[in-house]
Amino acid sequence: MSKRKMQPADLPAGECVSQLQEMLRQRLCHQQLPDRPEGVEAQHKHLLELLKRTSVHGESNSVLIVGPRGAGKTMLLKCVLRDLQEEKEAEKNLLQVHLNGLLQTDDRIALKEITRQLHLENVVGDKVFGSFAENLTFLLEALKKGDRSSSRPVLFVLDEFDLFAAHKNQTLLYNLLDVSQSAQAPIAVVGMTCRLDVLELLEKRVKSRFSHRQIHLLSNPTFAEYLGRVRTRLGLPDHFPDSRFAADWNASVETLCEDKSVEEVLRRHFHSSKDFRSLHMLLMLCLSRVSVAKPWIRPADLLEASRLSFADGEANMLHGLSILELCLIIAMKHLNDVYEGEPFNLQMVHNEFKKFLQRKSNSMYNFDQPVILKAFEHLQQLEMIRPVDSSSAKTQREFQLMRLMLDHSQIMEALQKYPQCPTEVKQWAMSAFG
Amino acid sequence: MKYFTRLRVRRVYEWRGKPLSFNRKLKTYEYGSLAISVEGLPRITVIKIGQHILIEGEDEDNPYVAKVIRLFGDDSGKQKKAVVQWFVRVFEVPLSKLKLLGREPHPQEIFYYQGRSCDDEVDAGSILKPVQVTHLDAAAPFPDAGDGDALYVKLSWDSKTFRVAERSVVESELAPASSPPPRPTPSLPPSPPCSPPAAALASRGPARRALPTPDLTVMRRAAQGEARGGRATASAGKARAAEAESLHSSTKLSASKCLSAKRRNASARTPGVRKKLELSNPERNSMAGEDILGQLLDDELESVGMVAVGRLSASPPQDLSLTPRRRSRGAPGTPGSFSLKPSVIVLQKLSLSERTSPPSSASPPQGDEVMEPESMTGSLKTPRRRAATPRRPYATREQKAATPSRKKERDTLKEPALGVLAEVDNEISPMLPVIATPRGSKRKSAQLVSSRIRKQLNLLDNLQDLNSDGEDEEEFVPSKKELQSSEEEEEEEDEEEEEEAGLDSDDDVVYKKGRRAAAGPRTPRSKPRIRSSTRTPQRTPNRKITPGTPRTPQCATPSIPSRSLPARQPANVLEEARTRLHVSSVPESLPCREQEFQDIYSFVESKIEDGTGGCMYISGVPGTGKTATVQEVMRCLQHAADVDEIPPFHFIEINGMKMTDPHQAYVQILQKLTGQKATADHAAALLEKRFSNPAPRKETTVLLVDELDLLWTRKQNVMYNLFDWPTRRHARLVVLTIANTMDLPERIMINRVASRLGLTRMSFQPYSFKQLQQIIMSRLNKVKAFEEDALQLVSRKVNDQGHRGRLTPGHPGGVRGGKAFSRGIRPPPSQVSLRSPRWAALSGDARRCLDICRTATEICEHSPADPSATGLVEVGHVMEALNEMFSSAYVTAIKCASLQEQLFLRAVIAEFRRLGLEEATFQQVFVQHQALCRVEGLQPISVSEGLAVCRRLGGCRLLLLEPSRLGVLQRVRLNVSQDDVLYALKAD
Repeated sequence: MSKRKMQPADLPAGECVSQLQEMLRQRLCHQQLPDRPEGVEAQHKHLLELLKRTSVHGESNSVLIVGPRGAGKTMLLKCVLRDLQEEKEAEKNLLQVHLNGLLQTDDRIALKEITRQLHLENVVGDKVFGSFAENLTFLLEALKKGDRSSSRPVLFVLDEFDLFAAHKNQTLLYNLLDVSQSAQAPIAVVGMTCRLDVLELLEKRVKSRFSHRQIHLLSNPTFAEYLGRVRTRLGLPDHFPDSRFAADWNASVETLCEDKSVEEVLRRHFHSSKDFRSLHMLLMLCLSRVSVAKPWIRPADLLEASRLSFADGEANMLHGLSILELCLIIAMKHLNDVYEGEPFNLQMVHNEFKKFLQRKSNSMYNFDQPVILKAFEHLQQLEMIRPVDSSSAKTQREFQLMRLMLDHSQIMEALQKYPQCPTEVKQWAMSAFG
Repeated sequence: MKYFTRLRVRRVYEWRGKPLSFNRKLKTYEYGSLAISVEGLPRITVIKIGQHILIEGEDEDNPYVAKVIRLFGDDSGKQKKAVVQWFVRVFEVPLSKLKLLGREPHPQEIFYYQGRSCDDEVDAGSILKPVQVTHLDAAAPFPDAGDGDALYVKLSWDSKTFRVAERSVVESELAPASSPPPRPTPSLPPSPPCSPPAAALASRGPARRALPTPDLTVMRRAAQGEARGGRATASAGKARAAEAESLHSSTKLSASKCLSAKRRNASARTPGVRKKLELSNPERNSMAGEDILGQLLDDELESVGMVAVGRLSASPPQDLSLTPRRRSRGAPGTPGSFSLKPSVIVLQKLSLSERTSPPSSASPPQGDEVMEPESMTGSLKTPRRRAATPRRPYATREQKAATPSRKKERDTLKEPALGVLAEVDNEISPMLPVIATPRGSKRKSAQLVSSRIRKQLNLLDNLQDLNSDGEDEEEFVPSKKELQSSEEEEEEEDEEEEEEAGLDSDDDVVYKKGRRAAAGPRTPRSKPRIRSSTRTPQRTPNRKITPGTPRTPQCATPSIPSRSLPARQPANVLEEARTRLHVSSVPESLPCREQEFQDIYSFVESKIEDGTGGCMYISGVPGTGKTATVQEVMRCLQHAADVDEIPPFHFIEINGMKMTDPHQAYVQILQKLTGQKATADHAAALLEKRFSNPAPRKETTVLLVDELDLLWTRKQNVMYNLFDWPTRRHARLVVLTIANTMDLPERIMINRVASRLGLTRMSFQPYSFKQLQQIIMSRLNKVKAFEEDALQLVSRKVNDQGHRGRLTPGHPGGVRGGKAFSRGIRPPPSQVSLRSPRWAALSGDARRCLDICRTATEICEHSPADPSATGLVEVGHVMEALNEMFSSAYVTAIKCASLQEQLFLRAVIAEFRRLGLEEATFQQVFVQHQALCRVEGLQPISVSEGLAVCRRLGGCRLLLLEPSRLGVLQRVRLNVSQDDVLYALKAD
């Protein structure tokens, strides 16, 4: 007893930190399921009931889970399935097939995957798995032979449901939903999508066969709840090996959350996006700064993480450009101002640049045309500019029309931070006229 | 054909000897034997009547076995045909039925086939070679397989049961057949020089021959008993079917039983089969013209047969008495040829009440009872009835005459003719009436339908034939009289039955009679077979299938593993209701589709009965019960076929959505039809062949093509074939097609396809709300789970045609993005206060209706128990269900969006207003967004953050975006109406 109590306290600091890292990363990166779904209890109950009826009563059903990205659709489904497995009756019966619209990009692949997941291929034995058509009839045959009371219910989970609607003729959807509406093997079709207009994607016959049950995951947490979520995400559980370390850590999290600047940062995140995936990213950045020397999260860490996650990638890329390239960008900006967003070509940019050089060229070198062209191409490679029409093979590169992909604010911001930027260039950029 | 081509052997078929007889009408010659020579080989194989032969089938290793009954050809000598009695091989018997055998079948065993629905006419070109068939007693062991080719018959198979085959059927006939010279077997088309001395023989022979000839003179002769001469036979070839029928009629077996005309014919030819066939006769609608002939022939046969019987049954006094009468009749009959005509007409009238036969019968139609008296009197007058009756009576007479003891005596007699007679007697046994009665009654409805069609089809033919018929009938009359005289109560019954059958088609009746007379003599046990045969509908299909694929174990069909724990049964009212309301539950009936059901039913039924083909196009929006109705029709028809009301048929179903490519339709059809697997091209070729060539043992195929529009190809060849096959003469294919749009044929089909589809169209209207209510009620079937109001609400909501476009007051976004539609529905009184959300279009879709109800039961079940609640589904629950299922989530989604997202939406609207367009680039919107941020006192966000916000909104489809690689240049549009956005943001 005493030994057990003593042991955790004995853990060296390094051990504690690594345990902490492991546990929290599990939560934040590996999508570990929470014990209770937060904020979606009603939907959880609804879905659980629905799937229970399929697995226990053999009633076919179809349902769509709709919600924006990061709203917890998959989490909800996984929670439901976990809870469903706890029930003996369901656990023994339910077969599951998981499909993802990003992986099963057409019906042929999807069918093969279904067959594989249902372990039907061993029925076929060594027979080379046949054509798409055979596959389909094979599967339909299998489903048709079942009936409500005798065959095991099958759960079809279609992630990115909207992508399945793009398959040819929506054959797979039609057949799955048709089975769910006819006296064949009991199946439940659960689709997950972030598109609110998903029903309009379905062909009318497919739509008619869909039961029109939709579970919307549109949670609207307040900032207080959001903050609470941060606490629970960072808090260590009671069963952490080293209780003293855990207590310390939890206290530090508490003070962190009360910090004004931290709250400011979190509120900004909250205003930007309420989904938890982005929050997890933020916390991950903080967590990775925790070390043995500094076994807690400081507000500065969070600020830094926030700065990182809000950093504007394109503005950062401007920092890496040469002066010449930067000048070209500025010339483009002026062209955009003058011509109100009309596309430009290399010659125009070059002219603009030359005008600038003529006016105040004391410190700038007049580059040759090939050098300019090279810089211009580099910008195109970086996708700072892009051709108006892609079929540009015919026109000479100098005269190909381009558009600037940067906002003016980005350019100005980058100029401010650009190390050792010549003042003429800065002035030129800020001047109203070329 | 396959057979030959594969072997690269060319066979030459030639008739041997002179034609035995000539049928003027059909222009066919009857022959006694056929010579087959293989090119390049000197050997000549001779096929004679009565011999057993192998006929090429789909399975080349196991050709069909049959016995030749008749051989005939046409003028030109191009067509050579044979009429055969089939035997089935072991593998042709369905596996499931093989169990009935109770023992291991011998590989060389064959069964005498008594089933029906096989065409007994084959092309002589398909005959391969003669084969040795031996009859074994049931108990006798099979000889050791010494002779590889020899086949053994122990049992007969009527597609339902096995019976001991009578030696006489197989061998007695065989023996004579093998010794061809004296055309001993009655079945043989008689050779002209039939000798009067052997009375029995003569009688038979003439009977057959007599059938075909319409000549008055001939008939008279026949009537007199001397007419049997070959002449009659000459004409016989004309309608072999008719002949066969006539033969059957003579047997007197219950005509009403016989269902399929072909069958009949076939049976007529093969002695054993005939009886069965006869049973199935009644519906030979397809061949109207032939039928009439057949009738005539039959009548003749009857008369002849009667004579023959009289002679044969010299021992029994009755027979003797008969013959004289008959003659007397015949005498009067001959003079009064015109009287005969009328009789025919009457018959037709009786059967087809509406049929207009120009020469109306002088004698008024008489009831069955009347007939007897008439017959007694022997007056020529009773035209029709008598004609009908006579055969019967004839048969019955024979029966009586041939009391069991008698039969045995005859059996003992080795003389072929006698033996035959004895058999006839057996057949004649009174069982017929029993069978027939139920039959007739069942069919009446069907008869009405079919009779009408027949009338139309046959009218011309009938008219033409009437004259000749009348002449023929003269002969009948006498026979009838005789028969009548001998008639008994049983006979009366039979007659009644026959008449019922006759209602369907007069012609049939006549045929039957004729057949009975003729066929009777040969087949020993007609009744039982008939019944059994009629029942098994699958029989034929299996048959066809099996030969092609000789029992290769099909690749194991997959199945979902069965559950380890049984499914729980519904425990309470709501669960029970939910089960009943599930779309998948098969309803007891289909309410509100009675008319459509009736139309489809009669269409398909008439086609099946006529043995013809046709197309029908059914349209309707999803969820209006198209497929369900058709399937219900097919279930009913299948049931009808099971109880022998209609000929058996084969139902297959394909669905355009359930195949990966339109051409897969061929593969699926072929597989479901025959079990064969083939590539699409090959399958198309096989089907083409199947539907365009006459084949033995063919039954009607009913093909349901669901989701027809998906079978569209650029050349439309799939559709073309589907609609072209039914028009083929031998196809016997009925195609029912289903699609959503009413004008599909006009819209997507090229002319030749649309033209073949024809104009038989049916359109399923969306259910009205009353009908929807009725559907739910009938589904619930007394399970009280819904309040009345709730039901009404559901059905009103689902069918809101007429309320379309009404905006709900107070709801901001009536129109979504200009394309959608708010569907305001008149809220029920109690619900006026509820803000009715926008529902998707639900045009009378019954599936929706059921789903709403189901969801409502769930909500009811899980709603907190309200003390005042009745436990039933209330209006509130339904409203909630409707909200859950059909409310659009856009407004909620906007409300739940983060602040920046909401700002961005506002910026979009602001930019739209500024531009006066419904579209802007991200860059433009972002400027607005920055400004808004400042107004709101928020820190401006960076471009990439703004893009992220924009993409999130695009992911939910609140915004429509161009591909994100365009970055700040991508254009942005709203997918929601601006009003909705503002409403949602304001309510915030």
